[in-house]
Amino acid sequence: MSKRIEVRDLNVYYGKFLAVEGVSLEIEPRSVTAFIGPSGCGKSTFLRTLNRMHEVIPGARVEGEVLIDGNNLYDPDVDPVLVRRQVGMVFQRPNPFPTMSIKENVLAGVKLNNRRISKTDADDLVEKSLRGANLWNEVKDRLDRPGSGLSGGQQQRLCIARAIAVSPEVILMDEPCSALDPISTLAIEDLIEELKLQYTIVIVTHNMQQASRVSDRTAFFNIAGTGKPGNLIEYADTTTIFSNPTVQATEDYVSGRFG
Amino acid sequence: MSVTTKPEPTATAVPIENSLTAGRLPTPAPWMILGAAILVAAAIFGVLALADGSEFNWGGALLVGAVLYIPSIWLFSMLVEGRRRAMDRLVTALVTGAFVLAMIPLISLTITVITFGLNRFDVDFFTMSMRNVTGEGGGVLHAIVGTVLMTGTAAIISIPIGLMTSIYLVEYGRGRLARGITFLVDVMTGIPSIVAGLFAYALFSIFLGPGTRTGIAGAVALSVLMIPVVVRSSEEMLRLVPNELREAAFALGVPKWLTIVKVVLPTSIAGITTGIMLSISRVIGETAPLLIAAGFTQSMNWNLFDGRMSSLPVFVYTQYANQGNPPEAYLDRAWAAALTLILIVMALNLIARLVAKFFAPKFGR
Repeated sequence: MSKRIEVRDLNVYYGKFLAVEGVSLEIEPRSVTAFIGPSGCGKSTFLRTLNRMHEVIPGARVEGEVLIDGNNLYDPDVDPVLVRRQVGMVFQRPNPFPTMSIKENVLAGVKLNNRRISKTDADDLVEKSLRGANLWNEVKDRLDRPGSGLSGGQQQRLCIARAIAVSPEVILMDEPCSALDPISTLAIEDLIEELKLQYTIVIVTHNMQQASRVSDRTAFFNIAGTGKPGNLIEYADTTTIFSNPTVQATEDYVSGRFG
Repeated sequence: MSVTTKPEPTATAVPIENSLTAGRLPTPAPWMILGAAILVAAAIFGVLALADGSEFNWGGALLVGAVLYIPSIWLFSMLVEGRRRAMDRLVTALVTGAFVLAMIPLISLTITVITFGLNRFDVDFFTMSMRNVTGEGGGVLHAIVGTVLMTGTAAIISIPIGLMTSIYLVEYGRGRLARGITFLVDVMTGIPSIVAGLFAYALFSIFLGPGTRTGIAGAVALSVLMIPVVVRSSEEMLRLVPNELREAAFALGVPKWLTIVKVVLPTSIAGITTGIMLSISRVIGETAPLLIAAGFTQSMNWNLFDGRMSSLPVFVYTQYANQGNPPEAYLDRAWAAALTLILIVMALNLIARLVAKFFAPKFGR
């Protein structure tokens, strides 16, 4: 139940500023795709266009098409809320809801949408999601404690559990490990390996080792200079990008010659 | 180079206990300097008192002593500890002085209101109105009822309007309309309360004929004063909610209005409640608008829509302004009513604190 994403000639604007220009790529279902590139090159901006989170920012807009299983996300009649129910997202900084307990956080997608759920179903969903996020054993005794009391890595896994609890088709991750220590990072990378079996995963990362470890395909974004739009430079299998890329800039970046 | 830079190992017989404490005034030194400064000032005032036979001026001695303390602590610290510490001591003295100065009127006011107010702080006072009372006796029940009814109605009018305005400004408002509303709210904050009273009075005069004074007019006047305070405080609180929480909710496929109702408001509810409580305490003591819009009466009036309605501040004012015979009875009633009002405001603030504590997001482990 994961979906294929196809992007055609996408231009992303913040007001008049063109942030990302002319991106076209295809993301296969049940795969991990990593976006790498220097800061400010538009990776995160582009990622956010894949579930219409981009337009939450005032003045932000998009030209072009994003197709999920052939359906255009940016069709004028599409309800962004329904898109986001299919395409979940995990953010750079863990952001559990501070007013909710661990359990309520996992159920947030259900509860916030005013959907009724029986107590046994809710408990099953909590356990399934927390197990899916590798967090169940650590928190099963304190499900009613506030989610903000967990450690950073646990909070991030709680956010992943929250995202998979609404059973999306695609999970977008915006630098999910940048605020975490190596152990928590490892836990999340293992989790990504498992999630790959069910979901299409797109991950933005600054860590090239991470990209090479977890992803099947890698997209390299770059920016010509400050104030210029970001571009997709190269998109290929991860092994190709890291061993023999076709573009010089990619090779410079992945070999650490710049950036 | 000052003395603090490098404490050299000395060859004297007395070993230095902790070289890091070198070049510091000993802990009790500021208190000793303060005592000395007050003694000096007391001596000056004592000489003055002896010279012209007047009474010894305690207040003056303490004040001059405190003023004298500020340059002396700076001087001593400069000599012993160097410039940075001297500045620290000076500013500490100034800040503490400002605090004490601000506390003096507050404490004096509390003591005065309590001493005078306790004269009539009895059961009668809270169970009787002023109907058919001349001279001694009587109570403020009608004024308490009026205050509670009018302030409560004002709150019922202002809280939804104010809260929704702030939600609009923070979550939806873009461009010219939002800027216009913000500007008008700022202007409203600055409206003198008497103008709000005149507005309500004029408004109800148009519809119900000139000279109409009702509780609801008073409540409208109060809500004119209250709305901008509610808007401002809840706007600040809503802006404090991190955008990440909104985005987290959006990413789960939650519509915007549900995000606001179920994520943004619960996260900021403590601050919003505190702001609302403070805005209530702000308008509950208003006199002028109520005097104009609601008038005053000696009798109980439970009906907001018919007849004049007393309130505590107006009661205090009329008791003081129109003293009868004996005047002490009127003054005692005024003080006791003032004490009641202060206690009500205090209780509201206390409730606000408790609510803030109760609703605040918990960060337990």
